[in-house]
Amino acid sequence: MEAFSHLLEQLYYTAGTNAKAQLIRDYIATAPDPDRGWAIAAMAGTLRFDFFKRNTVKKLITSRIDPELFAMSYDYVGEVSETVAHLWPEYTPIKPLPTLSCIVDDFASTSKQKVSATLASYLSMMTPPQRWALLKLGTRGLRVGVSARSIKQILADYGNKDVKEIETLWHAVKPPYIDLLQWLEGKVDKPDIKNAVTFHPVMLSHPIETKDIDGFSPNTWQIEHKYDGIRVQLAVNTQKVEPEKALYSRTGDDISHAFPDLLECVTGNMVLDGELLVIHNAKCIQDGMQTPEVDTFNALQQRLNKKKPTKALLESLPVGLIVYDILSLNGESLTACSLRTRRNKLERWLSLAAIPRLFLSPTLRADSPDALRELHKTVCEDRAVEGLMVKRRESTYTPGRPKGQWFKWKRDALTVDAVMMYAQRGHGKRSSFYSDYTFGAWEGDQLLPIGKAYSGFTDEELKKLDNWVRRNAVGRFGPVREVKKALVLEVAFDAVHPSNRHKSGVALRFPRIHRIRWDKPATEADTLDTIKELIEH
Amino acid sequence: MHPSSWLEVNDIGLYCKPGDFYIDPMNVVHTALITHGHADHARAGHHTVYASRETLAIMQTRYGEDMADTQSEIELGCGLQFNDVTVTFFPAGHILGSTQILIEYAGYRVVVSGDYKRRHDPTCPPFEVVPCDIFISEATFGLPVFTHPPIENEINKLLHSVRVFPNRCHLVGAYALGKCQRVILALRDAGYSKPIYLHGAQLKLCDLYQQFDIDLGELIPVSEVKDKTELEGEIVIAPPSALADRWSRSLPNVRTVMASGWMQIRARAKQRNVELPLIISDHCDWPELLQTIKEVSPKEVWVTHGREDALMYQAQKMGFKARALSLVGYDEDEQGGS
Ligand SMILES: [Zn+2]
Ligand SMILES: [Zn+2]
Repeated sequence: MEAFSHLLEQLYYTAGTNAKAQLIRDYIATAPDPDRGWAIAAMAGTLRFDFFKRNTVKKLITSRIDPELFAMSYDYVGEVSETVAHLWPEYTPIKPLPTLSCIVDDFASTSKQKVSATLASYLSMMTPPQRWALLKLGTRGLRVGVSARSIKQILADYGNKDVKEIETLWHAVKPPYIDLLQWLEGKVDKPDIKNAVTFHPVMLSHPIETKDIDGFSPNTWQIEHKYDGIRVQLAVNTQKVEPEKALYSRTGDDISHAFPDLLECVTGNMVLDGELLVIHNAKCIQDGMQTPEVDTFNALQQRLNKKKPTKALLESLPVGLIVYDILSLNGESLTACSLRTRRNKLERWLSLAAIPRLFLSPTLRADSPDALRELHKTVCEDRAVEGLMVKRRESTYTPGRPKGQWFKWKRDALTVDAVMMYAQRGHGKRSSFYSDYTFGAWEGDQLLPIGKAYSGFTDEELKKLDNWVRRNAVGRFGPVREVKKALVLEVAFDAVHPSNRHKSGVALRFPRIHRIRWDKPATEADTLDTIKELIEH
Repeated sequence: MHPSSWLEVNDIGLYCKPGDFYIDPMNVVHTALITHGHADHARAGHHTVYASRETLAIMQTRYGEDMADTQSEIELGCGLQFNDVTVTFFPAGHILGSTQILIEYAGYRVVVSGDYKRRHDPTCPPFEVVPCDIFISEATFGLPVFTHPPIENEINKLLHSVRVFPNRCHLVGAYALGKCQRVILALRDAGYSKPIYLHGAQLKLCDLYQQFDIDLGELIPVSEVKDKTELEGEIVIAPPSALADRWSRSLPNVRTVMASGWMQIRARAKQRNVELPLIISDHCDWPELLQTIKEVSPKEVWVTHGREDALMYQAQKMGFKARALSLVGYDEDEQGGS
């Protein structure tokens, strides 16, 4: 545990990707198995479970520290783990500390009732930086400024391999990655993943630019709707002895358990890339070419929130998949084929297989850049669609965001003039700034909160906003400051949904600060009614 | 008469009406009693200044010989008379020459702590517990998250880093008055005998410390080093403001170090792009603040200079009357000794 904590300390204070990579490489080279594998999992975000809940940590600390003093400390430090690490009152050092893998095993096998006591005993044998490491690790909240992608690159460099090799293996190997690490060190053969149902890293698009639209020519590009659901990957192999099926989010999280209705009905041996949506005619399908009756993102949200959906929910909000790509079929990988070829195979296969709940994403036509613009306009009138996807027909399926291959053309963002109501300190680098803002819209002479935003402004603007909050604070609720209702924020967002979680009855999708209207009086901000008119139906 | 009727806080600072003097005033006044030489306590231009010999010397070094028309050196522990008010200075353990001030009037004893700490500091006598009715305490680190580790630990971190990164110039940000000299002395105590290199802003005060017979070992101004690559693997001390400015760019392969009590909080260290934070403070940490309040055991605690909320809350929990005293001029980031 000491080495892991030391690594995190150094990573935290070291700037620069190369220097960080060097630190991690040194750690991998010196730390033993299985510790180093768990450390990699923690940094890459691939740990499968929380060791303990944030709430357990809160309960432990508030039974030991006066809650008022905790609140004041948290308000200053801006981050729970660090606050607890400093405030933990007991310290009986043990040298050496249990190893990282011991700790992981311990939490994995401890019964629910004993988690809290186990955590307390660990915290009491650690220094504040070590406690911080444990708390971050255990709640899977570790951010060391190294992306999962860089971790893979570091592993590739460590073993002198191409990062693509790591990418393909990544989702088939599990923490603590002993086989992977030993292969990188040349000690064992490459892990065999041929028959495993695994996540394939997805190919992503770039926002379209004017020059791309101007350069549009009909035969080079394939046009589709950009759907307003979530991107998923459906990986199925029912042709082997032990059939496997899995539904992954675009980041590789296994979300199968939440969508039994979809998984139940699929058979075959393939990996599909598509959009998950609530589709009311999902079950009645003959050949995959029907028009899906798509519901809103808000409807899907209700399914996403339920880890174990009830029968009634499965009935009232059935999901389906609009398929737009195929990555492998009958054991043959198609990622090196062009989109043109993949699309042909997909169409042929889907019309023959006729699997319920799977729909083919239709392609659209435009003969010129102007026709494309016209098409975008028409498509965006339908609020259930987010815009257009424009994909190069010759594109191979390349994980990551290759340049010039796929473009997304989103509907223009909506904006609303809202009034800042509350502010809260941010996290990490921003923990000494009030950087999270709750804003509201008018109903009569009352402001009702409609959302929260913490992005969209520059560092310079953040300083000004922080300063404004401090000068205009009128109340305090724990770490939250209530402010004078005087500052208008122009908030951009992608859509409005009805919501019963907010008193205002609306929820904004992806709200971010578009402009700060220092000039605009709060009384001239928008009303709730204006916003409700934007709700999609 | 209760002190709240004759001790007042105004735009200038803490004013004692019956004695007609200010303590650590921020604007020019006729009579100023100065607890110590940090800029948020000692300003230039008063008519008459009362302070310790060291504090007067510090003020002269910073503001010139004529920093006040009349400069009266006090003697620790000896009472001075201002009308019916008796004033006595006691050591505060904060920096060279630092004092607390006891004010006695109308049967009440009030102690103004200035800034203080309880840890050993070779440059000044230790804080003295002065019994009183009202104790005006600073609260720079007045939150339970602040517990300062022993200075030896932090200095070892620095020496360890110098060993691990022998090609990097270790640039340590430390305030010119107090912190800088304390870091140097702790390095010497740990057996570091190589020359230590200084930014120009640190020179005059280090000279002054040496004049007070505090041996800082060999110090070399960075400006006298012709070939700056010689500073690889060396320790350079500069004011915190110099860490990110043009001056530091002339140094080779810099590793940024900062010595301050604030370094305990990750985000604060990160904000300043510090690679190696050293938690070294010239103020009390939270346990020491509580220990002091217990030992002084006044009837009332007035809290100023920092995070008043938490210390007031805690003092009340401990059974003391407590109130916040908002003094002007305090700025945690600008102030010297944190
Ligand atoms: Zn001060
Ligand atoms: Zn001071």
